[in-house]
Amino acid sequence: MTSTNDPADLDSLELGLLLEGLHRRHGFDLRDYSRASLSRRIERFKQQEGIASTLGLLERALREGDLWERLLRELTIHTTSMFRDPTFFLAFREKVVPLIRTYPFIRIWVAGCSTGEELYSTAIILHEEGLLDRCRLYATDLNEEVVSQAKTGVFPVSSMKESTGSYQAAGGQRPFSEYYTVRDELAILSPALSRTTIFAAHNLVSDASFNEFQMIFIRNVMIYFNRSLQDRVLRLVHGSLCRLGFVCLGRRESMRFSPHEECYEEFVPGEKLYRKVRE
Amino acid sequence: MASLVVIGCSLGGLDALRVLLAAMPAEFPWPIAIVQHRGKNDDRLLVPLLQEVCALPVGEVEDKQPIALGHIFVAPADYHLLVEPAGFALSIDPPVSYSRPSIDVLFESAAASRRTGAVGVILTGTGEDGAAGAAAIKRRGGLVLVQDPSTATAGAMPGAAIAAAPVDRVLQLEAIAPALAELAREGRLPEALRDDPGPK
Ligand SMILES: C[S@@+](CC[C@H](N)C(=O)[O-])C[C@H]1O[C@@H](n2cnc3c(N)ncnc32)[C@H](O)[C@@H]1O
Repeated sequence: MTSTNDPADLDSLELGLLLEGLHRRHGFDLRDYSRASLSRRIERFKQQEGIASTLGLLERALREGDLWERLLRELTIHTTSMFRDPTFFLAFREKVVPLIRTYPFIRIWVAGCSTGEELYSTAIILHEEGLLDRCRLYATDLNEEVVSQAKTGVFPVSSMKESTGSYQAAGGQRPFSEYYTVRDELAILSPALSRTTIFAAHNLVSDASFNEFQMIFIRNVMIYFNRSLQDRVLRLVHGSLCRLGFVCLGRRESMRFSPHEECYEEFVPGEKLYRKVRE
Repeated sequence: MASLVVIGCSLGGLDALRVLLAAMPAEFPWPIAIVQHRGKNDDRLLVPLLQEVCALPVGEVEDKQPIALGHIFVAPADYHLLVEPAGFALSIDPPVSYSRPSIDVLFESAAASRRTGAVGVILTGTGEDGAAGAAAIKRRGGLVLVQDPSTATAGAMPGAAIAAAPVDRVLQLEAIAPALAELAREGRLPEALRDDPGPK
């Protein structure tokens, strides 16, 4: 047995107990998520709720359903936007589309799709390139609420200005307003864009792969995981990707620190677009 | 606890960082992490502009990058930079005090993981980002140096840090690199600076 009275160790022990409790009680497994962001959100939540200690929070989260729901909302972050990192989408259009154009059928998995902005950005490019009808897209996220929101394809109209700018920076040439109609401050995207998409809840930590894909988007999802969970999830991604398939990571994510590094080549350097070259 | 220097700046920060980093000795042993407020697509220039004047290797952080000694790490545009025991972590959690990257986020995570080893430096800037972070570093027993607000390009940010935390020193920009170097050599602030009560 080791023991400690270092305050830093005690804080991390308490956080570990909280995460263990949430996992056992609510089946929500954050044990291998990156601790620094988690503890920030937990500290903020404790402050909002006027709870003094992490163990006090655990006690209440085990018993009070409504507190748990509020905590869950605080712990899941869904920040996203249309054509986030426009140069990535430009590279997708210019470098990847010409290759996948030759495939008879294209399966694309958008993992951690949040409220759907990334999925619709991809669908718009595929539509403009005349490929959308040949594609099957799968948009998944851990959180069922955001998946059903993604499915509606409805966004605040106030976000359309920024989306339009990013669309243009990503090489879009049409009036972006072609893609939505406005009603009551809401921009409703054309349902044709998601006609070939299947939306589903899927947990990268605990659920298995469900198909083989030519392309997998998993951007800004694994940054919330620690190294060992990243490796596990990358193994799942690797096993779900066909030979010469593409993996897209977020702008500041990389294969560099992963055991799968040598199975991939950087297809477009700097854009985190990787191609599987080895099993 | 292993030491780590964290630096935060906003308006006027690029010039201030160039002065500070140009004076850092090539053998400075500790890692340095920097948050400079900037626009979200402003990606390419900051690192080369800093590397140009600095003897230590400068790079923009990638997620889960190990914290190498003697390297300078810059927070990427539009991401928060956090310190964990095993390395850096990034997040796209919402902006804090209107900023992403946020100085408070970097400083608070450095305080939590490095405790007495955290050395915070607040330079020129508008707003109050970094004040809560400086207070967190002081609560955990680390050190905080602040650029003198009266001679900073923008005094609000260093002023807010001084108001929020019992900072260790208020220094002219030119004195900060020598103070850090001395600290790394001796494990404490230089004699001459320890007696200087700083401007009130
Ligand atoms: C910051 S968003 C990224 C959204 C989008 N991919 C982008 O880059 O704009 C991260 C998303 O990952 C989801 N997520 C977190 N953990 C997950 C897991 N274990 N399985 C699936 N999705 C997860 C979150 O619910 C959230 O919607």
